[in-house]
Amino acid sequence: MAPLVQSSQPWVEKYRPKQVKDVAQQDEVVRVLTNTLETSNCPHMLFYGPPGTGKTTTALAIAHQLFGPELYKSRVLELNASDDRGINVVRTKIKDFAAVAVGSGQRQGGYPCPPFKIIILDEADSMTEDAQNALRRTMETYSKVTRFFFICNYISRIIEPLASRCAKFRFKPLSEEIMITRVLHICQEEGLNLEPEVLSTLSSISQGDLRRAITYLQSATRLFGSSITSKDLISVSGVIPEEVIETFFAACRSGNFDLANKEVNNVIAEGYPVSQMFSQLFEIVVGANDISDEQKARICKKLGEADKRLVDGGDEYLQLLDVASSAMRAICNMQEDFS
Amino acid sequence: MLWVDKYRPKTLDQAMVHQDIAQNLKKLVAEQDCPHLLFYGPSGSGKKTLIIALIRQIFGPSADKVKVENRTWKVDAGSRTIDIELTTLSSTNHIELNPSDAGFQDRYIVQEIIKEMAKNRPIDTKGKKGYKILVLNEVDKLSREAQHSLRRTMEKYSAYCRLILCCNSSSKVTEAIRSRCLNVRINAPTDEQIVKALEFIGKKEGLQLPSEFSARIAEKSNRSLRRAILSLETCRVQQYPFTSNQIIPSMDWEEYVSEIASDIMKEQSPKRLYLVRQKLYELLVNCIPPEIILKRLLFELLKKLDAELKHEVCHWAAYYEHRMRLGQKAIFHLEAFVAKFMSIYKAFLIAAFG
Ligand SMILES: Nc1ncnc2c1ncn2[C@@H]1O[C@H](COP(=O)(O)OP(=O)(O)OP(=O)(O)O)[C@@H](O)[C@H]1O
Ligand SMILES: Nc1ncnc2c1ncn2[C@@H]1O[C@H](COP(=O)(O)OP(=O)(O)OP(=O)(O)O)[C@@H](O)[C@H]1O
Ligand SMILES: [Mg+2]
Ligand SMILES: [Mg+2]
Repeated sequence: MAPLVQSSQPWVEKYRPKQVKDVAQQDEVVRVLTNTLETSNCPHMLFYGPPGTGKTTTALAIAHQLFGPELYKSRVLELNASDDRGINVVRTKIKDFAAVAVGSGQRQGGYPCPPFKIIILDEADSMTEDAQNALRRTMETYSKVTRFFFICNYISRIIEPLASRCAKFRFKPLSEEIMITRVLHICQEEGLNLEPEVLSTLSSISQGDLRRAITYLQSATRLFGSSITSKDLISVSGVIPEEVIETFFAACRSGNFDLANKEVNNVIAEGYPVSQMFSQLFEIVVGANDISDEQKARICKKLGEADKRLVDGGDEYLQLLDVASSAMRAICNMQEDFS
Repeated sequence: MLWVDKYRPKTLDQAMVHQDIAQNLKKLVAEQDCPHLLFYGPSGSGKKTLIIALIRQIFGPSADKVKVENRTWKVDAGSRTIDIELTTLSSTNHIELNPSDAGFQDRYIVQEIIKEMAKNRPIDTKGKKGYKILVLNEVDKLSREAQHSLRRTMEKYSAYCRLILCCNSSSKVTEAIRSRCLNVRINAPTDEQIVKALEFIGKKEGLQLPSEFSARIAEKSNRSLRRAILSLETCRVQQYPFTSNQIIPSMDWEEYVSEIASDIMKEQSPKRLYLVRQKLYELLVNCIPPEIILKRLLFELLKKLDAELKHEVCHWAAYYEHRMRLGQKAIFHLEAFVAKFMSIYKAFLIAAFG
């Protein structure tokens, strides 16, 4: 790629590993794929796991390493959720691509160039079940000359007949140690110097998502210069300050509905994401040592329900108010259910 | 021009509120490798203002020359082509649109436009940035499919196209999208900040603005700067010179909801329910979003209730609003909430007074 493109890319792209061996943490898949580079063969693959753990990176890297820039276009088809992947596309586009014959497996320009094509279906969990079913036949018909790479966050959304045809690899959230190693590498390239304590904060707020860690790092660098503190990182990360949660929970404990309602309004006006509020509230409730297990259970039950409703598109204010009211009723031993 | 537009700061340096964020944004775009951004926060808090000023910061005055267009996209939806119409706002370097206006076809818009922008990448002549900016409003209203289709596209075309996403509730934006952006929270300005902004406008317009009066406007605005500025202008039309205790008009629909609340409190019967139903219809017909109606109604009812009933009523409000999301006809669920309230309140009255 031209240097101009390089410099205008966000760090997440700039530091996307180009080679399989540079993918951190996911040893198992790296081993299998390194082997592929030698033997020039591989099974169909299914990568699954949470965001920012290297799934797309790995698939793109192996495709590039197998075919090199010359052949890449004719041998690799990348389809993601932004492409139409209805049944028709699966039937025609993928078939057309798979059906064109490939030459015998001859190394070209230093790349293994095995005699098959790769079809990468990124974000496969957003494909309809019908489209997935249509793929079964295609996979079988062209099994000699194609390898499919399915990538998704939720393996449960991939139909069993497809999943069972693939070698499955779970991409694990990055451990603190490995994340720090990777971040340190970037710091070195960018001339940054981070204290160990700051590194560990970065890792804990990113929750195993390296993409997030890199975005926070870049943002904090732009905003606060090359000496970054833990506070700077927290402020760019969107984690809600502990005091806000404490004040909110104190209002629930007070038994005063209007006070709790006022706090709810405040949280909404401050723009804190309610889903984030729920996760942090959950930690506080579970850790509180002056309320009984039964009371905790009551609150957590409500948190679960409200979280589901948010995912369904429920209103943030109403759901947070409902949680506040339930927590108050649990702590003050008031009526639990209404009918 | 309305004051809300007239006094919208044009540059990041002119921001009256969120000055710290404005300065941070300036630093963020100093280099060419700024990440995608997601702005979120309550309505009227100043998101759009910052976004426009940010685009100007990046591209200079050329960003001021925007044209509004009604564009039609022809998209290939598998077996057939469909036409999707949408209003866009664009300058040489950026495009802004509301993809959720395309309803369940929002996915195609998102797919097409980014690819199209990537194709027409601006040539990097002297002083021009090598990327374009795509502003997507109301991303919290985007369908799941549209959000999914953004994911890989955001990465793939990130050298050509930077996204600025804008929404009210970031909880409704999928984790995968949030993980791909720097999230920028724009909180609602405090009453003091609103007063300051009002005083600034007052001075520019050469008005005598009593401080108690501006404080009352701020308090009534519910921390929405837009609303406060609109109120000030309305009051200016209704009565000037200002007096500290002059009436600050509410919005019509709010008065109407307040009436509904009184109706419900006065009588709980099928006949009354029928009457309320017609009023709810009236609001819906006038394009007041159903969840806003429900929240306002709850607000009015909570003002009138005993503490013990408040819990129960907010429980049902949360319950029916959720059902409304899953269902199709908002009126059913609004009415169900009213009916539920009537039955609870009637039972309470009977228990209390026999
Ligand atoms: N295991 C890893 N090793 C090195 N870098 C990584 C790893 N995982 C993620 N990254 C970094 O994070 C960025 C995003 O990773 P990638 O696109 O592979 O995530 P993903 O697993 O496909 O996530 P999603 O499910 O959201 O699509 C990469 O550009 C890279 O900078
Ligand atoms: N930083 C600021 N300094 C001074 N005035 C501001 C500032 N931000 C916003 N305003 C005023 O507040 C009004 C509303 O702001 P804006 O349109 O940016 O809100 P918004 O967050 O986009 O709201 P919505 O979510 O409802 O679209 C603007 O028209 C402008 O007059
Ligand atoms: Mg990916
Ligand atoms: Mg706006």
